[in-house]
Amino acid sequence: MRLSFVLAEMVQGLRRNLAMTVSVVLVTFVSLTFVGASILLQTQIDKLKDDWYDRVEVTAYLCPQDSPQPACAAGEATDEQVAALQAVVDDQLAGDVETVYLETKADAYEAFAERYPDGYQGVPLTEDDMQASLRLKLVDPEQDYAVVNDVLTGRPGVESVEDERAVFEPLFHALNRASILAAGLAGVMLLAAVLLITTTIRLSAHSRRRETRIMRLVGASTWFIQMPFLLEGAIAAVLGAGLAVGGLLLGVKYLVVDWLEQSVDWVAYVDAGDVLQIAPVLVGIAFLLAIVSSFLTLRRFTRV
Amino acid sequence: MIRFENVTKFYARTPRPALDDVSIEIGRGEFVFLVGASGSGKTSCISLVQREERPSAGKVFVAGRDLSSMSAWKVPEHRRKLGVVFQDFRLLPDKTVYENVAFALQVIGKKRHTIRLAVPEVLEMVGLAGKEKRRPHELSGGEQQRVAIARAYVNRPPILLADEPTGNLDPTTSLGIMRLLDQINLTGTTVVMATHDEEIVNQWRKRVIELDEGVVVRDQPEGIYDSSRPARGELTVSEA
Repeated sequence: MRLSFVLAEMVQGLRRNLAMTVSVVLVTFVSLTFVGASILLQTQIDKLKDDWYDRVEVTAYLCPQDSPQPACAAGEATDEQVAALQAVVDDQLAGDVETVYLETKADAYEAFAERYPDGYQGVPLTEDDMQASLRLKLVDPEQDYAVVNDVLTGRPGVESVEDERAVFEPLFHALNRASILAAGLAGVMLLAAVLLITTTIRLSAHSRRRETRIMRLVGASTWFIQMPFLLEGAIAAVLGAGLAVGGLLLGVKYLVVDWLEQSVDWVAYVDAGDVLQIAPVLVGIAFLLAIVSSFLTLRRFTRV
Repeated sequence: MIRFENVTKFYARTPRPALDDVSIEIGRGEFVFLVGASGSGKTSCISLVQREERPSAGKVFVAGRDLSSMSAWKVPEHRRKLGVVFQDFRLLPDKTVYENVAFALQVIGKKRHTIRLAVPEVLEMVGLAGKEKRRPHELSGGEQQRVAIARAYVNRPPILLADEPTGNLDPTTSLGIMRLLDQINLTGTTVVMATHDEEIVNQWRKRVIELDEGVVVRDQPEGIYDSSRPARGELTVSEA
């Protein structure tokens, strides 16, 4: 009896304020889409880091012939110098470097020829134009680069030490900013959602003030009076969250799976699984939003 | 059943108290007329018994419970023991007669079959059998008040409060409402009726408590009410 009555009241309330209900659904939909997009961008950044930091290494370029760098005034790095450098890496940098290997001029030329079979911009290059280097894979790329750089730079035979990750930093910055922007918009939209839910409940309470007055008069309990309003807000908000999850799934499918993955296939992307993972978070936020705003409103409007 | 102990009630932004050190005791099964001019404090008394309001000073007891110290979550329980009827009926215009009465039971979580039994019975009692499907606007004022009384009484409360129940009704219709309240009183229900209808008070000869500017000026069994009689304020002036 109780439950069916509360549900009937709630459905009636939703119908009576249909336009407001729809707007609550839409605003929560948009705001939670931004929340979701922000979280997905962060997930994407993490995936890229995991993926790329695995492949990208620190390179210590060894002195080539006729280098203009003062560090290489002695000429091309000798085999002894290379061996000494490898010993330093094994010894002093044992805790920072996971693997190290020597890329000889021949290796470099092979990689070059594979990528540019017709020569670089039409100029054919020979093995002697290549530069030998030590490729280092770090244990913790975020932390260890400074140490490696410090130890290797200036040693005989080393022309320069470069962190290849630096190439990707601008991309991560861009993604990070996009994520922060999405989070900021999400914040504004969430505020709008709270205000809208509050207004909707206020209207709903106003249109049912006669009923509410009678309910108080005959001794209906507070939760019984407030429950239909609470459920109204919660259901509208959760519907909005459902739409947001649907929207994000579609967005990931069309933007990432059908487009990005087809054109740039060598990086890891977010997928439907990631969206489903954040779905409960979004629904939770919607529910909380509705409950908090209802509670604030109802305390004033249906007080015993 | 209802006891006021030195109750004073101030409302915000009014310097004069609505009730000023009022002490009343009303026993189980009594029928009491609460009389006095508009603004004399009748409605404040009713609100205090409902615990719509709390006294500024003093204590209000209903059925042995001190309302001033009652916590908010117990208030609904308290109100289920009261039936309340108003001058303006306060029916829900979208609902039928039956639904209006049933509503009072639905919202306190009564079972469906209880409602199916109780509602027709009380409608029969108030003389509205056969009009269950009407809506309030299709009824006369007297009939609407009967619906309101049915709603107030359907849960068989031990106390029935009526605030000017005949205020909007003509004398003949008022008489019918009075008979109904009397009938309810005969079942053992305590009835407190606020009114300034002299004719009714003088015809029924029940206990009369008269308020004037928030002070009890008369408490008389089988009393009468004469509103043209000089009020307390004027008495003071004439004595001076």
